[in-house]
Parts: sequence; C-alpha cells; structure tokens
Amino acid sequence: MTDLWTVLQWGWVVLAHNFDILFLEPLRYPLLARSMEAAIIVGIVSGVLGTYVVVRGMAFFGDALAHSILPGVAFMYQRSHGSTDGLFWGGLVAGIFSALGIGFLTRHEKIKEDTAIGIVFAASFALGIAMISRIDNYAGDLSHILFGQILGVSEGDLRLIALFGAGVLLVVTLFYKEFMIISFDPVLARTLRLPTELFRLLLLVLIAIAIVVSLQTVGVALMVALLVTPAAAAHLLTKRLMPMMGVSALIGAMSSVIGFYVSYHQDIATGPAIVLTATAIFLVVFVEQQIQRSIRQMILRWQELRGLRTAAVPVEQP
Amino acid sequence: MFDLSLRSVLKSSGRSLKNGSECVRPDQVMIVQHLSGGYGGGRAVDDISFEVCVGERVGIIGPNGAGKSTLLKAIVGLLPHHGSISIQGAPCRQSHTMVGYVPQYEAIDWNFPVTVWDVVMMGRARQIGYLLPPRKRDRQAVRGALQRVGMWSLRNRQIGELSGGQRRRVFVARALAQEASVLLLDEPFSGIDAQAEADIFQVLDVLREDQIAVLLATHNLAQAATHYDKLLMLNQGRMIAYGPPAEIYTPENLAATFGDRIMLWHEGKQYVMVADEPCHECEEREAL
Repeated sequence: MTDLWTVLQWGWVVLAHNFDILFLEPLRYPLLARSMEAAIIVGIVSGVLGTYVVVRGMAFFGDALAHSILPGVAFMYQRSHGSTDGLFWGGLVAGIFSALGIGFLTRHEKIKEDTAIGIVFAASFALGIAMISRIDNYAGDLSHILFGQILGVSEGDLRLIALFGAGVLLVVTLFYKEFMIISFDPVLARTLRLPTELFRLLLLVLIAIAIVVSLQTVGVALMVALLVTPAAAAHLLTKRLMPMMGVSALIGAMSSVIGFYVSYHQDIATGPAIVLTATAIFLVVFVEQQIQRSIRQMILRWQELRGLRTAAVPVEQP
Repeated sequence: MFDLSLRSVLKSSGRSLKNGSECVRPDQVMIVQHLSGGYGGGRAVDDISFEVCVGERVGIIGPNGAGKSTLLKAIVGLLPHHGSISIQGAPCRQSHTMVGYVPQYEAIDWNFPVTVWDVVMMGRARQIGYLLPPRKRDRQAVRGALQRVGMWSLRNRQIGELSGGQRRRVFVARALAQEASVLLLDEPFSGIDAQAEADIFQVLDVLREDQIAVLLATHNLAQAATHYDKLLMLNQGRMIAYGPPAEIYTPENLAATFGDRIMLWHEGKQYVMVADEPCHECEEREAL
C-alpha cells in the first residue's frame, strides 16, 4: 500500500514539474489550441447526441450517415483544390440529404430501416470515392477525409463548429421531453398526437449535423465511435436520460483532451488517439461495473451461508 | 382546452361533465358510433356502437383474434378507422389527452434510462406544452397519480427494476397524470401473478372513485362475470352484445361469441362456465 502511494506521489511530482512541457506547450501554437477547442466541442456535441443513438439503437445509422457525407465533402474538396473551407457545408448538405433519404425510404412497408440505411450508405460512399478517385493526389486526400485531419481546422472552421454545435445542443434542450417520448414510447407519442414523424426526422438531421461537426476531428470512418462509445459508458453509469447526456458529454470531452495530448506526445494520428481513449474509458467503466456486480453477488451468497438472509432476493431480469 | 388544462388530478372530484354540453345524456363520457377499422384497409372491427358512462368499468371479451386490441387501438386513434368517437362531447381527434391508453408493451425497452417519475411525467407532455419545462402543477399531478396507484415510494427506480404488475401500474399512473377521463387497458392481467392482479384491481377501484371510465380487454371470463359493470362481447370484429354481465351472459350470446369453445350452465342463481384455455399457438397463428 505504501509502495503504491510512493509511486503515485512520484508520478504527481513528475507531472507537476513537467506540466509546462506536457500540457501547456502544445497550446502555444494557435493551430494546436484551435484543434483542441474543436476536439472538445466535438466531444460534447457527439456525446449528447450519441445518447439518443445508443438508447434508440441507431449505431448502424450513425456509422452509415458518417460515411454518406463523403460525396458532399469530395465535391467541395475538388472545387476548392484541397482547401478545407467548403468541406463543412458540403458535408452538411450531403448529410442532411442522406438522413432524409433514409427516412423517406423507410416509409415503404417492405423496406426495413437497416435495409434503407445499407442502400443509401453504400451508394453515397461509393459516389464519394468515385469522385475523389479523379483527384490527382488520391490516397492522401482520401485518408484525410476518412480519418480526419484535425490540424487543418481553420479559424473559420472553428467558428462554424462552435455555432452548429451550440445550435444542436439548443434544439436538444428545447425538445428534450418530446425526443424522450418518441424514443421511449412512440405509441404514447401518437396517442398524445405529437408530430412523431417530424421529431424523428429532426433528430436524424441533428445527428447529421453532429457528424459533420466532428468530420475534421476523427474523420468519416471513426465517427461512429464518438457517437456510441461515450454514450454507452454513460448508459452503464446512469439511470436517467439527462444525467446520461451529461456524463456522456463529459466522457466525450475527456476523450478528446486526453486523446489530443497522447496524439501530440506519441506522434499518433489524432482521430484514432481520441477514439482509443474513449474506448479505454468505456472498458474501465465496464470492468468496474462487472466487478461491482460480482462483489454484490458474493456478499449476498455469504450472507445466505451465514443465515443472515433467508433466501436470496431474486433480482428480476426483464 | 384551456379549461381542461387547469384541472388537476388532485381535484379529481371536479372531473364532472360541465364542459361536455353537447353530450346527449349527462352521465355519458364516451360515445362510439359505427366504428370500423383495421390495418391496410381491412375491417378487423366492424360497425361497433356503444356508450360508456362516467366511472364505468367495461370488459371487452372475445376469443383470440376477435379484434379486442384492434378496437382499443381504433378508439385511441392508432389505426385508420371510420365512424365517430366522442369523448365528453368532443370528437376524439381534438381530445387527445382525454383518452389514456395502456398497451401490452412488448415493444418497450425496459433498460431505457428513465425512472418511474420520468415515465409518468411523459403523460403531461401536452399540458406542459412545447419548449417548456414541467411546472409545479405538473409535478403535483405526477405526484398525485403515483400516490393513487401506490408507486410513490418507488418513483426513483429505473423502470426496468420493477415487476410486471408494478410496470403496469406506472403506465396507469401516466394515464392518470394525463388527466384522461377514459382509460383503455389492453390485457393488463396477462403474465402477472395473483398478487399483482389484486393490486391492479385495487387501482381500478381508485379509478372508479375518480370517475374515470375504464375499457379493458381481458381473457378471464370468470372474472369478467363479477368484476365489471358492463361487458362488450366481440367475435370476428363484430359486437355480439353489450350490457351488464347478468343481462348478456346468456347461452346464445356466449355461443355467438366463443362458438363451441365455451359452455354455460344455469344453476339457480349461479352461472357455471367452462371455457377452453386460450393456447398460445392459436394466438400466434391468428396474429399472423
């Protein structure tokens, strides 16, 4: 025990002594500071929206939607000859179109939602790659879009990210109870005559915006991790929707910050570093919950053996 | 609508019919006329007319596939339907908060991060209105509703931590918070034990005190004979009979409703009824 304490103390001393180098130095470059801010906003916004993605079981939709913004991004990339300025708008238009397209296809009785998603997602992604393949520097450009290029966040990009991120959070707050009702109990939503379909489409559009906002941080391919992983960890820790959103946003932001520093010091691509950090946090939460559960069961059994408890109270598994 | 929103569940005695001036008779809360409806243009229920009085408990009985659930769904507006339904004198389309509906809820995700309190508060969505947080009035209504069904002490439980009977009581509380004057319950007794059943009957008595009419689809015929004010017998989507059990439990009506699946003896003042237990395979087959 004392050994552990000493190690922790020494660790703290080392951290404190090198605080400047470890944490402040990267932020001295305006470009890096900007990227960090963008990453934090992205972590919060996708953490909050990801809550709906997790409780509604829309992980596949999120992944597909992230991929299907590719043609919009590619189109603007081609037009601006490699600059990042227009990417946001291109992605936004393509994302909203895909979200509404999927929503429209599922209106047909014979097309299930995941089928519609599969069709739109693959077609859109193929179109995007086809467009990029006509650009000269094919491989490099594609990898920037697929895996993110956080250091390309410009002053204007950051402003857009902050603006749209705030917008998404505002709409989620304003329609909090309606989104909760259509997610938990669509039948109640219909008996109360709420415009269920409208709210469903609005939620799809909000997810599309969150994805485009996150595009430069983690890229198209890893986007779904930001939507799903922090929210899944938060789901394990909370039992109400609002706290789940808060915890999810916190984990998202933490992953962004930690991932950012890991990426800087270890020279890893930022997107994967953020995603791996989020995954590590999820695993810690998951394992902790499992251990807690088995300890609780062990105590119950011990009390039974000692005759402190007549019979185990059956925990109902619905 | 303004007048409605001011009423509180706590003042349930004020649940009179003063507003329903168009009502033919003052004690009628719901009038259903020539109701037909079903999925995809079909007629799973066909030309059904009946009236329900304030605080009445009506059991809907019939064999599997008779259209019991469909009738409830048509009344609450979940199915395309023809005919007219008026609640307290207003057409059903306008009176969305006046009908509470508790379906069988197989589709609910019980791991959803909501507590008992949150679920009951959902019933207040229309009264609260868009863009606004719940007010004191709404919190009082939720509290009152939870106390009425005996779930107040469990208000902070996550919804999945409850037993089957408790879950149903929570959804009844939600309809109470909604200030519904008619409550539709689809098979509330399926898959729960005797104690939970007794608890739900206690809640039904509370609803009667509050003058809330209840329409309840059920399988249990013996119980139907004694626990309801009126019965509605359905077979193949058509109404066979409607009235107090003592009047309509006749061999003719029962034969028309259940065919040869049921037999009835009349012994002095007592009925003896023998019914085939509904089997799950038939249920599934008819659902298809």
